[in-house]
Amino acid sequence: MATRDSVTTSVSGVKLRMEHVGMVFARDGKSVSVLEDINLDVRDGEFICILGPSGCGKSTLLNVMGGFLSPTSGSVSIDDETVHGPDPRRILVFQERGVFPWLTVEGNIGFGLSKLSSSERRHRIAHYVQMTRLQGFEQTYPSDLSGGMKQRLQVARALAVNPDILYLDEPFGALDSVTRFIMRGELLRIWQTERRTIIFVTHDIDEAVQLADRVVVLSSRPAKIQDILTIDIAHPRNLSSPRYLEHRDDLLKKIGLAYAV
Amino acid sequence: MKSLAKPGGWEKFFWPVLAAALLLAVWHFSVIWTATKVFPSPLSVEKGLAELLRKHVLWADIGDSLRRVAIGFGTAVVIGIPLGLTLGWYPAANQVLNPVLQILRPISPIAWIPVAIIFFGIGDRAAIFLVFLGAFFPIVVACVSGVSNVPSIFRRAGRNFGLSPAQILARVVFPAALPQILIGLRIALGIAWLVVVAGEMIAVDSGLGYLVIDSRNSGKRYDLVVAAMLLIGVIGLALDIGFRRLEKIRSVRWGFRS
Amino acid sequence: MSSSVRLRPVAFIAALVVIWQIAVNRHPGQLLPGPLEVVRGIGDLLQHGLLLKYVVASLFRVTWGFLLAAVIAIPLGLTIGWYRRAEMAFNPLVQIFRPISPLAWIPIAILWFGVGDLASIFLIFVGCFFPLLLTAISAVHNIPDLYVNVGRNFGLSTADFIYRVVYPAVMPQLITGLRITLGIAWLVVVAAEMIAVNSGLGFLIVDARNAGNRYDLVVAGMVVIGTIGLLLDLGMRSLERVKSFRWGYSEN
Repeated sequence: MATRDSVTTSVSGVKLRMEHVGMVFARDGKSVSVLEDINLDVRDGEFICILGPSGCGKSTLLNVMGGFLSPTSGSVSIDDETVHGPDPRRILVFQERGVFPWLTVEGNIGFGLSKLSSSERRHRIAHYVQMTRLQGFEQTYPSDLSGGMKQRLQVARALAVNPDILYLDEPFGALDSVTRFIMRGELLRIWQTERRTIIFVTHDIDEAVQLADRVVVLSSRPAKIQDILTIDIAHPRNLSSPRYLEHRDDLLKKIGLAYAV
Repeated sequence: MKSLAKPGGWEKFFWPVLAAALLLAVWHFSVIWTATKVFPSPLSVEKGLAELLRKHVLWADIGDSLRRVAIGFGTAVVIGIPLGLTLGWYPAANQVLNPVLQILRPISPIAWIPVAIIFFGIGDRAAIFLVFLGAFFPIVVACVSGVSNVPSIFRRAGRNFGLSPAQILARVVFPAALPQILIGLRIALGIAWLVVVAGEMIAVDSGLGYLVIDSRNSGKRYDLVVAAMLLIGVIGLALDIGFRRLEKIRSVRWGFRS
Repeated sequence: MSSSVRLRPVAFIAALVVIWQIAVNRHPGQLLPGPLEVVRGIGDLLQHGLLLKYVVASLFRVTWGFLLAAVIAIPLGLTIGWYRRAEMAFNPLVQIFRPISPLAWIPIAILWFGVGDLASIFLIFVGCFFPLLLTAISAVHNIPDLYVNVGRNFGLSTADFIYRVVYPAVMPQLITGLRITLGIAWLVVVAAEMIAVNSGLGFLIVDARNAGNRYDLVVAGMVVIGTIGLLLDLGMRSLERVKSFRWGYSEN
């Protein structure tokens, strides 16, 4: 197994732990079980992808992890603390339309920074403008930004408050495939510069193999963890290498098991 | 099919001028053909307007009407926006209060005149109260729907960044709802203008509405009646256009581009 | 919605009514009536058959003025909205006439129609005409270009195009506009009756006050006005729920 800086230098502790998490919704008088017995340990600084088709409950899982939903059974703990609600230490990035249209790029990035002094604030905003390559657009409003830029802005806004965990809910789903490609590279670059734990939800197998340290495969509803696959290729990953294709085929097979046609 | 050819720039002036000219011509000739002794022709309206301007009564009346609108509308804004935001934010409160509002809303402000007179007597204050009533309900309704239409993504982001509910309301919900609130305000202003004119026809003795009815009552001066009506239309239009300018300010423009 | 939640607004209104009654009891001799008096007033009106008569008169005028305005303004508005030059021609005129309160037309209405039903119907017509015209124009503007292109693509005849593309596309917005304008019509009729006629709910209010300071009847009239206005609105809203129109609202 090829070692990478990313794996060996990460803190050994468990950052996020889910134990026997289940989620049941009441809809029109019937109870719908969306998540069942989810057990997962995420290490600090890991890049985890949650993979599954649309509607299987991935977003619900993310919302439970982030504290926006309380699980009907089981518990989620971060740094050994049970999660009770949303917290700036773990920021959720949405698929689209998450940026505030009434604030400029600067305004959005600075949104969570009101507790800092104004010089600190400016400094931090400039830093993340740089990091997400939005220089020159500081005074621009989101309606004048492209889809990819809006997502970069969301990421910048999230990173600016220095969260431990970043949840990304199919953040590139609304972008064209070329932009998606570029954005994946950008995300990895940012992750390697400022290491955080990233939990990334996607329905795209290639995306999962390209980005993740580990891929969590969810079964169809009620979602259970079907499998967890470790991708042990160093970044940057060569997308035509045999190892990459092996992982990809492996995943495809595993999905095939999970979703019998 | 829809006319596809793009109209030239000059047409922006040509067509309305043509339509207005046609209207004036029809008006003028129907006055002549029907040999009416009372209904004014366009020329006599113009003369009547000049007369009003000369006599300086006009400015006082315009000022009175505008003043009543300003105070009544301003009060409705100051009370209505916080109330509307609260009702939109707490659906439980809206549930309780909404039926009361729905029953009061269809009662024309004019129908409130006798009650207004009890509380305020005949005069300025009664008219201002009517303007307030007319503007109040649209403002509250616009605020409630503005708040409930804020996408939940924004509220969640606010919570995620550790904002308190009050902060979320002020820094996320209010700016997000602002475009819709502004539209409600503009509509309410239009209603305020209608109400003040109507109210002045009944409950006070100054203002443009009063001018309309007084011109008829004291001498059947229909030329002044029509002159006053046109003034009412033009000023109301000016108020509307002025307000639309607000919608172009940078920090809210995002909500109006589609 | 559980029944206890449904009761909350009712309880709230009941509480308001109680406070109202207490306030009136505390200040005897002033003019504003308490809720009990108002209820008795309504009973009074019912007994004398006046209530029904006035409600019918008001509704009659609303119906005529509203329908006339709809029948003229909607096709006109759809046409104006469709032809850009027509809109350029008429929009400034409409924008000037729109802010003129229908009541400001009263002298002209009386001049042309005398005091009576026709005058008030005319006023309602004026009050409804411009909002409906603007609604129709806006509805045409909001037809997605996509639908127009599909119609052209499939080589539809003009009649077909209007029936199968334009009409369904504008219906939802028109219905909402009709509902709002009906509310305006109801406001105008009451106001118009206070000035220009001798029957109807608006007249009731003015007359009750003038002929003897019967404020109990005044407020009773207001309550009835509010209730009927609300019923009209609810009625129109249930029309919006009719399946064939609903698609326009789920598109949001």
